[in-house]
Amino acid sequence: MALLRRSETVIAGILLLAMVLIGTINPAFWQLDNLFSLMRSNVIIGIMAMGVLLVLISGGIDVSFPAFAVAAMYLTIKGMLALGYNGVVLPLLAATLMGLAFGAVNGFFVYKFRMIPLIVTLGTSAMVRGFLLGIVGTSMININKMPTALIDFARTDVVSVTKADSTTYGLTAMVLIYLGLALAMHLVLRYTMIGRSAYALGGDPEAARRAGFDLRKTIFFIYCVAGALAGFAGLLHSGMIWLANPRDFVGLELDVIAAVVLGGASIFGGRGSVLGTMLGVFMLVMVKNSLIIMRVDTTWQLVVVGLIVIAATALSAWRDRRRAA
Amino acid sequence: MKAQMNIRSLVNRDNNIVQLLVMTVLIFAVMTALSPDKFLRYYNFESITYIFPELGLLSIAMMIAMLTGGIDLSVVGVANLSGILAGVLFHKMAGAAGIADTGILTVLLGGVIALGTGLVAGTVNGLLITRLGITPILATLGTGQVFTGLAIVLTGGPAIVGFPTAWAFLGNGKILGLATPFVLFAAIAALIAFVLSRTALGINLMLIGTNPKAALFAGLKRERMVLYSYMLTGVLASVAGIILSGRTNAAKSDYGTSYLLQAVLIAVLGGTNPAGGRGTVLGITIAVAALMLLSSGFQILRFSNHLIDFIWGAFLLLVIAINAYKNRTR
Repeated sequence: MALLRRSETVIAGILLLAMVLIGTINPAFWQLDNLFSLMRSNVIIGIMAMGVLLVLISGGIDVSFPAFAVAAMYLTIKGMLALGYNGVVLPLLAATLMGLAFGAVNGFFVYKFRMIPLIVTLGTSAMVRGFLLGIVGTSMININKMPTALIDFARTDVVSVTKADSTTYGLTAMVLIYLGLALAMHLVLRYTMIGRSAYALGGDPEAARRAGFDLRKTIFFIYCVAGALAGFAGLLHSGMIWLANPRDFVGLELDVIAAVVLGGASIFGGRGSVLGTMLGVFMLVMVKNSLIIMRVDTTWQLVVVGLIVIAATALSAWRDRRRAA
Repeated sequence: MKAQMNIRSLVNRDNNIVQLLVMTVLIFAVMTALSPDKFLRYYNFESITYIFPELGLLSIAMMIAMLTGGIDLSVVGVANLSGILAGVLFHKMAGAAGIADTGILTVLLGGVIALGTGLVAGTVNGLLITRLGITPILATLGTGQVFTGLAIVLTGGPAIVGFPTAWAFLGNGKILGLATPFVLFAAIAALIAFVLSRTALGINLMLIGTNPKAALFAGLKRERMVLYSYMLTGVLASVAGIILSGRTNAAKSDYGTSYLLQAVLIAVLGGTNPAGGRGTVLGITIAVAALMLLSSGFQILRFSNHLIDFIWGAFLLLVIAINAYKNRTR
């Protein structure tokens, strides 16, 4: 019974229902290559969603992570080209650290000046994007210039299948990275003091402070991790699409926030889980992909995502108020 | 005691206005010094009076949403959708004579549709926030996306070009030698200033923003007042949309995307407290003027738009820091 009442179960149920529905309308949905490509599309949004989950749990919001992701990605690849370096681990580390440093700026303003996170992250987002496009450059780095090691790394498959017409497709190994990061986030949120302090901060900041949590540490941790995950995901993304575009990720914040709220995280803070978020991400990616499969005009995508945000937040608000009553 | 408090708050408020004025003069002086021949031209100031109103109206809209501790991230979406809906109407109604000569009745109908769009959009925002209890950030983030999405669906992506002459007059005409949009802005700003400081709605909004709990216990109709404030925000955004489409003679789903950040920046710079309870039309007006001078200066100095975005972001963070510092010493 307890299992039934968990919001993850509800989301999983809705997800299954939606899959059956989409599969009935277009049987191509169940083909293995479509499922593999769906999982592939989960990776980048999913990794970013882990950071946004943390921010939402703490009662904040972050709209700057797409800017951080694109800046970390573009600067790292520019750096690799300038140095003639071709590798995987160090660049990923550099992008992650860059994201972390950007996130620290968010944390500083949110903590030090007690400013609404939305306004702070709007500001940092504009700064980072403006800096990137205004000073670093606006030109794309195409496949012919992209570092080969990064591309080779990102095209690794876990399993690959050969079709009848001898073309091959596979499940990208990047899914494993996503799952690993999700597991790590789950463990941090569940079993570490810093993870619990994020919930406490989102539940009631004053109560959290009086219970002895060091809110400065918590806030810095939250925004640094969100930034770091974004930086990491940004560089991984460019490896996966063989392209570094300094104008990438525009408007992505809404997709990711939609996915996290869809996954049952409370818009008032204090609630949310990694499993729910992963389900939410899958649902969002599936709906967006299925719009294409079902031949819905792509111009409707924004409307659909917007409606999902409204519906999911309305449900979340309704659930939390009922709980509070 | 009470009188003393009143005087102090008055001085404080005026301090803020004085600081803003000083800043504006400073910006003016620096830009004049950097590029006297180009910056001081009459043409420069005239063009500012044409661009200023759109941003000013969006900023006032943002300020009204912030009065109750909320925010409206859908203003740009509402503005564009209003312009596009009117544009679609004009293109449908345009006879053999062409769009430019559309009859005055049709133009009025277009105006009603545009303003109606703002009213409906604001009502949707207000109901989502008050009835369903969604936080303003997420509610307006979602609806903003829907409005922009609808605008894309309606246009299919490209801009709707060509508006009636009477409509264009609102965006780039002249009344008694002054830019029409500027005259419109002055009238609307005066009206809003009156509503906020002299009517029950405005005073209720300030009280609700200052202390929601106390306002509730005092029996203020919080839900209704907040709903009205978002309706007002929506209508103001649609007026901005009318002026924008009139000035550029076109409407597009992604016009003015950088206005969102600027509107937030101006609201905060103009002395609005994003946590609610404080904000004046005068503060916003001076802040817009300051920002427009700065912006035109940057353009004369040939800064790229990206660089200007960077500066706006940095400016916003700087203002936050300064405000926090001022509040601490008080």
